[in-house]
Amino acid sequence: MIEIKELTKRFGNKPVVNNVSVNIQPRAITSFIGPNGAGKSTLLSMVSRLLDADTGEVLLDESNVKKWKSDQFAKRVSILKQSNYLNVRLTVRELISFGRYPYSKGRLTDEDEQFVDQAIDYMNLGDMQDKFLDELSGGQKQRAFIAMVIAQDTDYILLDEPLNNLDMKHSVQIMKILRKLVDELGKTVVIVLHDINFASVYSDYIVALKNGSVVKSGPTNDIINPEALREIYDMNIPVQEQNGCRICVYFNSH
Amino acid sequence: MRNNTKKLIILAIIAVICILLYAFYDIKGGFDYAFPRRMMRVGAMVVTGFAIAYSTVVFQTITRNRILTPSIMGIDSMYEVVQTLIFFFAGSLSVWVVNQYLNFTASIIAMVVFALLLYRILFRADKYPIYLMLLIGMVLGTLLGSLVTFLQVLIDPIEFLSLQNRLFASFTNIKVELLYISFGILLIAFIYGYRIMSQLDVMSLGRENAINLGINYDRVVMNILVLSSVLIATSTALVGPITFFGLIVANLSYQFLVTYKHSIHILGAGLISVIALVGGQFVVEHIFEMKTTLSVIINFIGGIYFIYLLLKESRAAG
Repeated sequence: MIEIKELTKRFGNKPVVNNVSVNIQPRAITSFIGPNGAGKSTLLSMVSRLLDADTGEVLLDESNVKKWKSDQFAKRVSILKQSNYLNVRLTVRELISFGRYPYSKGRLTDEDEQFVDQAIDYMNLGDMQDKFLDELSGGQKQRAFIAMVIAQDTDYILLDEPLNNLDMKHSVQIMKILRKLVDELGKTVVIVLHDINFASVYSDYIVALKNGSVVKSGPTNDIINPEALREIYDMNIPVQEQNGCRICVYFNSH
Repeated sequence: MRNNTKKLIILAIIAVICILLYAFYDIKGGFDYAFPRRMMRVGAMVVTGFAIAYSTVVFQTITRNRILTPSIMGIDSMYEVVQTLIFFFAGSLSVWVVNQYLNFTASIIAMVVFALLLYRILFRADKYPIYLMLLIGMVLGTLLGSLVTFLQVLIDPIEFLSLQNRLFASFTNIKVELLYISFGILLIAFIYGYRIMSQLDVMSLGRENAINLGINYDRVVMNILVLSSVLIATSTALVGPITFFGLIVANLSYQFLVTYKHSIHILGAGLISVIALVGGQFVVEHIFEMKTTLSVIINFIGGIYFIYLLLKESRAAG
């Protein structure tokens, strides 16, 4: 269980994340949503110890993430950020194999290879596993990085806007895979999303941030309604139900 | 993978041929006199070659930049400062110059202390981005360089000539004991360096991915900066400043060996260094008949290659 307690981060004098307390529900998808600059990515970075908080703490299994040994933590929680520029030439399979580093320290065992194969299958990368990353499109590259995180086989998977650069087909594909990871393998996924409808359709819980603070959090259906959305986005957003999914029609709202 | 092994074997064979050629070609007069001296030079070239290759490759990984060398931190400038100060205040006949051990030790200590001060006290990798550290190292290097020039203008011209000799890399006249000490330092550095080799591979994925995979990033960066400073300091104190050379061999290795593995690149770059240094020294001694120095040739070829790299990088970026 991940608990976020009174977390604050300032850049200069401006608090980017301000006194945020949230519990992440296990075996579920939790989406962080909110307008640009709400502090979603910063919050995710602090949970995954990429960034130190100024005050407050993040607890994993009741102990502070800063107190975890870094290689043990890497077996429990994985994080994938938005920009993944590489200046080494790697094949898709080599990249995914790096996901096993916390276990193998660079020497892959047969078990590690199995996890790599599984991750490749999961992300449908079989036919391009020996291609170099710089030969792939943005979307394919993104899938390779997600596969690396899947190979890492952690209970918690944190993703910072993984649908960036992806077309509709691949976005849906990735969200379905995340759903599968939760439903079949019992993982906990925390994801920063820009598209509210992906959050609505695929997540179990939503945490809505605005100006660094949590405005709303709870099960998806409590958040995806016009009243709550107005509070989060300052927009009147009608919500329509379609095949059991709540869709926010924000395109022509005011 | 197998392909890289083959390439490494080829490099090793060329290196051995260069060494044999250098050791035995045109050996006139007393074999007993010339051979040990030649082998001594070869030893020095192997030690500095590997030290420079290692420190440049790891430095480029942590800075994620392939046209930087550790000399950007101003470590070689510190060497020039030490030598110039010695000549300025004590003179070329003082014990600090004549006694090579003293000079060697003083240079290494000054360079390492300078680097440690820069890294440990002034900066903390978790607070400032590494580029800020590089920038300040560069500014300090320039400052030290100006100080050196100022002192050199004031110095006696004859003293200056013998000082200048010290400031060019040279593989002749190397004390055997200094070579052993350097070899010892190199060995210790490599034993430590071997253990972090796979961590370095992960670090080439960038800070965030490396932390995700359980690397204690900031601590490894600090250790590598210190380690590469020690190696640069050792090779500079042994033969003089030639760190520019590291840029060439590291990039040749990236072009020649296609892999992300540091163990292979460091070995490859080290072998290329040995080939370039021993082969270059052979050319200097037997073709140019000592009318030029190896560092002049290295800087000339290195400069051309550097311009090529800049053009290539700018084309890739544009």
